[in-house]
Amino acid sequence: MLKIADKIFTSRLFTGTGKFSSSQLMEEALLASGSELVTIALKRVDINDDQDDILKYLNHSQFNLLPNTSGVRNAKEALFAAQLAREALETNWLKLEIHPDPKYLLPDPIETLKAAEELTKLGFIVLPYVNADPVLCKRLEEVGTAAVMPLGSPIGSNKGIETKAMLEIIIDQAKVPVVVDAGIGAPSHAALAMELGADAVLVNTAIAVADNPIAMGEAFKLAVQAGRMAYEAKLGRKSLQSVATSPLTSFLD
Amino acid sequence: MSTFKDTFETLNWLEIKASIYGKTAVDVEAALAKPKRDLEDFKALISPAAMPYLEQMAQLSHAITQKRFGKTMQLYIPMYLSNECQNICTYCGFSMNIDIARKTLSDEEILAEVAAIKKMGYDHILIVTGEANKTVGIEYFKNAIRLIKPHFSSISMEVQPLNEAEYKELIDEGLNTVLVYQETYDEEDYKKHHPKGRKSNFDWRLETPDRLGKAGIHKMGLGVLIGLEDWRTDSLFCAEHLNYLEKTYWQTKYSISFPRLRPCANGVELKSIMTDKELVQLICAYRIFNEEIELSMSTRESAKFRDNVIKLGITSISCDSKTDPGGYASGQENLEQFEISDHRHTEEFIGVIKEQGYEAVWKDWDHSLQ
Repeated sequence: MLKIADKIFTSRLFTGTGKFSSSQLMEEALLASGSELVTIALKRVDINDDQDDILKYLNHSQFNLLPNTSGVRNAKEALFAAQLAREALETNWLKLEIHPDPKYLLPDPIETLKAAEELTKLGFIVLPYVNADPVLCKRLEEVGTAAVMPLGSPIGSNKGIETKAMLEIIIDQAKVPVVVDAGIGAPSHAALAMELGADAVLVNTAIAVADNPIAMGEAFKLAVQAGRMAYEAKLGRKSLQSVATSPLTSFLD
Repeated sequence: MSTFKDTFETLNWLEIKASIYGKTAVDVEAALAKPKRDLEDFKALISPAAMPYLEQMAQLSHAITQKRFGKTMQLYIPMYLSNECQNICTYCGFSMNIDIARKTLSDEEILAEVAAIKKMGYDHILIVTGEANKTVGIEYFKNAIRLIKPHFSSISMEVQPLNEAEYKELIDEGLNTVLVYQETYDEEDYKKHHPKGRKSNFDWRLETPDRLGKAGIHKMGLGVLIGLEDWRTDSLFCAEHLNYLEKTYWQTKYSISFPRLRPCANGVELKSIMTDKELVQLICAYRIFNEEIELSMSTRESAKFRDNVIKLGITSISCDSKTDPGGYASGQENLEQFEISDHRHTEEFIGVIKEQGYEAVWKDWDHSLQ
């Protein structure tokens, strides 16, 4: 079972709430996905409206909310947004996203580390979105983040696990859960991440933009389960091609 | 300090025009097949040679847009604060030489407009004025933003170009986005259409996005006034400008608008008439060229056209607009900058967005983020 901070998750599929064609469809797709942690952009929520369009549809005991700071450009803005999110959504969980580059939405490692250090001191459960940088992930772990969320490929790109070599190192070294976030465009990508040993994946675009988001939510649920099961069952070694015809060690026989 | 002017001076209008019109079907097919396109590909996509590929371009634009922006459509509404203007622009209904009643909204009138607009559901607002630096200058804007800020999550502005320090002041007050269209990148033609007033200074306008970038604006909108000059060449210049800005001010978000000239009080003769097909071509070309750019559409276009471009790459759209100061509260229609074409009410248009399988997004920003 997956444990992040004090929370136990039976589902290893985390989800996003953007890009759906309607809030009703989002609700149904997320329910079908079995997800227990859903991230929501502070900028999309009207915190003064308790009948907010998105929040209304996420009001299920199965869903834990993970507010994110999408839109901020530096640590200072992130700290401010985080405190507002905590107050408004009544949770100290936070997906820390600092991408000063609005085109590719790539996270700023320096500002993210700075903000993470402050936020953990303030009692936040911080899940930072970062590039697949093994050293950065260790540094974040050291300042007390509850997990790390390295990207598989640029956000929204659907390109899959392009950072595989780095993810393998991150997973090998991490003492906190590793959640592969961003770029997962198909259930097979999610399964691959899980087979590599990721503790969870976060998926948004691929479910939201599918022709049938509800069926796609379920497909991801199954893929994540299958990938995890395969990881735990230990995949068979790949054989080293064919056996050489002139073995180099035959002189030892 | 270098600005876009340096790049601009290396660009030759006639050569670029010839290059665009020289593109062939082979170039278009190559552009469509690439995973990532450059300015040469953009030229091919806006060229006459791309017209037979319009359906393919539309399909591609639709898919790319959904991947990036999802099945959502952002909504905004313009609020005209003043039609006072000391410029002469041959195409504009606010032009100084036109005999219309001039009006600049007072605090009470601004709040009345705000109340009327809030009833319609909008949360992203675009404030618009003419250019009257003495009465509608930095102090007026600061005051207006202070009045408006508590009621809207995102404030955009389309007014005269300001200097860097002024932009900084307004950003500190809560300004999020500035739209500044070059109108045309053909310097000679620009001078013909802007014979009088501060706007006649081509370079001052051309370097405005640089000043905005240096001031740290979150988002800026670019565009050309389609109809003044050959739209293909002008659009290529605009794409060059966009490329330069994205690389230089990489922390700023960009959007493109497509103001297509329609008849207004001045009745200027248009050099280039863009057909509906060509506008679709341009929208799709921008999307295929730049997958991340926001594309915006106003109520200048007809209901039928707007309904059909929702799926083609547009990501932000206005509705139910009045282009005269005080128009929402008074309900009257006069003193307009230009005549709008789609007069439908917000509710009806939201229904259309939903029918097409999209969610209308009212709020996608928060003052706490800046």
